[in-house]
Amino acid sequence: MPYDGPQPVERQLPTEEARDLLGLTRELAAREIRPRAAEEEDAGCFPRDTFATIGAAGLLGLPYPDEYGGGEQPYEVYLQVLEELAMARLTVGLGTSVHTLACHAVAEFGTKEQRAEHLPAMLGGSLLGAYCLSEPASGSDAASLRTRAVRDGGDWVINGTKAWITHGGMADFYTVLARTGVEGPRGITAFLVPGDAEGLSAAAPERKMGLKGSPTAQVHFDGVRVSDARRIGEEGQGFTIALSALDSGRLGIAACAIGVAQAALDEALAFTAERQQFGRPLADFQGLRFMLADMATGIEAGRALYLAAARLRDSGQPFSKQAAMAKLHCTDTAMRVTTDAVQLLGGYGYTADFPTERYMREAKVLQIVEGTNQIQRMVIARHLAGPETH
Amino acid sequence: MSLRIVVAVKYVPDATGDRHFAEDLTTDRDAVDGLLSELDEYAVEQALQIAEEADDAEITVLTVGPEDAKDALRKALSMGADQAVHVEDDALHGTDALGTSLVLAKAIEHTGYDLVVCGMASTDGTMGVLPAMLAERLGVPQVTLLSEVKVEDGKVTGRRDGDAASEQLEAQLPAVVSVTDQSGEARYPSFKGIMAAKKKKVESLDLSDLGIEEDEVGLAGAWTKVDSAAERPARTAGTIVTDEGEGGKQLAAFLAEQKFI
Ligand SMILES: Cc1cc2nc3c(=O)[nH]c(=O)nc-3n(C[C@H](O)[C@H](O)[C@H](O)COP(=O)(O)OP(=O)(O)OC[C@H]3O[C@@H](n4cnc5c(N)ncnc54)[C@H](O)[C@@H]3O)c2cc1C
Ligand SMILES: Cc1cc2nc3c(=O)[nH]c(=O)nc-3n(C[C@H](O)[C@H](O)[C@H](O)COP(=O)(O)OP(=O)(O)OC[C@H]3O[C@@H](n4cnc5c(N)ncnc54)[C@H](O)[C@@H]3O)c2cc1C
Repeated sequence: MPYDGPQPVERQLPTEEARDLLGLTRELAAREIRPRAAEEEDAGCFPRDTFATIGAAGLLGLPYPDEYGGGEQPYEVYLQVLEELAMARLTVGLGTSVHTLACHAVAEFGTKEQRAEHLPAMLGGSLLGAYCLSEPASGSDAASLRTRAVRDGGDWVINGTKAWITHGGMADFYTVLARTGVEGPRGITAFLVPGDAEGLSAAAPERKMGLKGSPTAQVHFDGVRVSDARRIGEEGQGFTIALSALDSGRLGIAACAIGVAQAALDEALAFTAERQQFGRPLADFQGLRFMLADMATGIEAGRALYLAAARLRDSGQPFSKQAAMAKLHCTDTAMRVTTDAVQLLGGYGYTADFPTERYMREAKVLQIVEGTNQIQRMVIARHLAGPETH
Repeated sequence: MSLRIVVAVKYVPDATGDRHFAEDLTTDRDAVDGLLSELDEYAVEQALQIAEEADDAEITVLTVGPEDAKDALRKALSMGADQAVHVEDDALHGTDALGTSLVLAKAIEHTGYDLVVCGMASTDGTMGVLPAMLAERLGVPQVTLLSEVKVEDGKVTGRRDGDAASEQLEAQLPAVVSVTDQSGEARYPSFKGIMAAKKKKVESLDLSDLGIEEDEVGLAGAWTKVDSAAERPARTAGTIVTDEGEGGKQLAAFLAEQKFI
């Protein structure tokens, strides 16, 4: 059968409702998200209205219980939705993943009262969340964070600066990790801070290499006061909560990476079918066909790996090692595939008239966020060989 | 009493697909995927907004079409309509606009209605005649081609934008209205809406349920007959003007040749 344009990804989905959900996602991607991606990413324009649209469609609470307004979808399904969103525009896919990450603390570690009070609005689609772990001086070594929360009667007062915060300044709520006790991982506590809290402000967004539509900014906490009812989990449990959220968040990044890679492969396939050199379509040359085959194989393997980790999670088994592997493998694959896609388009691939150079810039950030790929290897190695001895 | 709204929606071949005629010169509906006519999404949207404004309203979506037309009903139900009626009968094959209006009118009477909402035209037949025909058959007022519509105090009011003037129109219920693509973007179904739609009632009716004889509809009953149909010739490649200093002139010459300037 001759090449006939990009085909939808062949997916194995567990239920009819999952198939319908993916159908809805593809429709939203095709009609609302993809058409605006190139221009708005170039202009660094944040599509808040797109999040409202996909929120109204129910995509901003997918892996959480129906009881609180969530979509009650397993990770196996939710992640494939993310992949489709990222395929259309990484800013939307990654933004959805970060929002979902920001809901994780309340959903998994909140009291019954906290869940009932906050989750319906957080999952309802009109609000957008942010997750505040990193700081200017505390990145990979997250347990060294210095933002401090001090008790004052029934309240906590938060002071410090968070860095690299996706949706910083735009978010309606912030899940914040702050130091309430001793140095190190055991002195950290999680809080849910409303976006309009007094004393909370955001710096101008970072000027990034890619993912320009997604605002990344420092967030300052200048005497931000929240009641103890907004403390999530126990005092000192914050780092555990943060890492637990990251295990799931990494799967989201893995799915986004496969989405970007798939978009790059689709572009490369369409181009090499069309473009003629030496009297033949580029896709006729075996050297290039083998590149396409390797790209597709990497993508398929990545998808299988993140789905295997997701299924472990869905069945209640430990999945931390596999999540790190999926994040590592899928984002490295996305980097390789998008670089190859630029190569396959030749000079055209290097221009902003085609999306491949944007995909390449987008893939890069995925090797850095939610634990750099060095940190993923550290996590995997600890599972294999035990903790380092020095 | 609850406001009963019936939205007539058509299941049409996907305009982005490769559409052809069958041997009897009817549309070959098996060859392409179908979907809810995009222009009828506006009708569903307006019905939903009217229902949201009303204290108590019930929306029935109605289609006359083949088995697969259920997809169009499901879409409308997932957007928020309450129930659906599907008229399907082999004898309907080749029915023209008059026949379709007879079937729709009978089905609307069978369902019961205060307001019938139609699209401005189907995206395949595009005649735009059905709303008027329906109103005639039902013996109720028609207020067509509205870009704004409201229901209040037993009346439907709306604005029709023409080339020269905008008219403000009103009619007593029951009535038939049609709405244009300027009436406001249709909403997307939500994931929850899609789930809920699966549990909503879809009533299936055939001609005998509606007391319609087979020879009143179908190719045999049609007042219009398609004698021949020729496919539009394939589009030819466009002319590419490469600017080597004379680009502007060449462009002007091309436009003059095509009688655009
Ligand atoms: C676009 C974007 C969005 C982000 N969004 C968020 C967000 O929403 N919330 C949030 O909290 N954070 C966010 N981050 C922060 C991100 O998680 C950090 O950038 C990341 O964890 C790395 O931290 P760092 O930048 O301080 O780099 P460093 O930790 O300073 O690392 C620099 C380099 O050293 C390597 N390295 C560090 N330690 C080791 C080691 N022990 N062994 C080997 N190599 C090591 C790293 O892999 C890296 O290559 C975002 C970042 C970006 C770029
Ligand atoms: C010359 C001619 C050739 C034709 N050829 C064919 C053919 O090849 N194959 C074939 O199947 N039919 C054929 N028809 C029939 C015609 O497509 C149908 O009668 C059609 O339902 C009515 O015309 P329309 O689609 O232009 O509707 P319009 O009058 O443009 O529709 C206006 C509105 O009426 C409602 N509506 C229309 N149709 C339906 C429906 N079926 N169910 C529910 N609501 C509806 C919708 O709200 C729509 O927005 C032909 C008709 C003519 C006159």
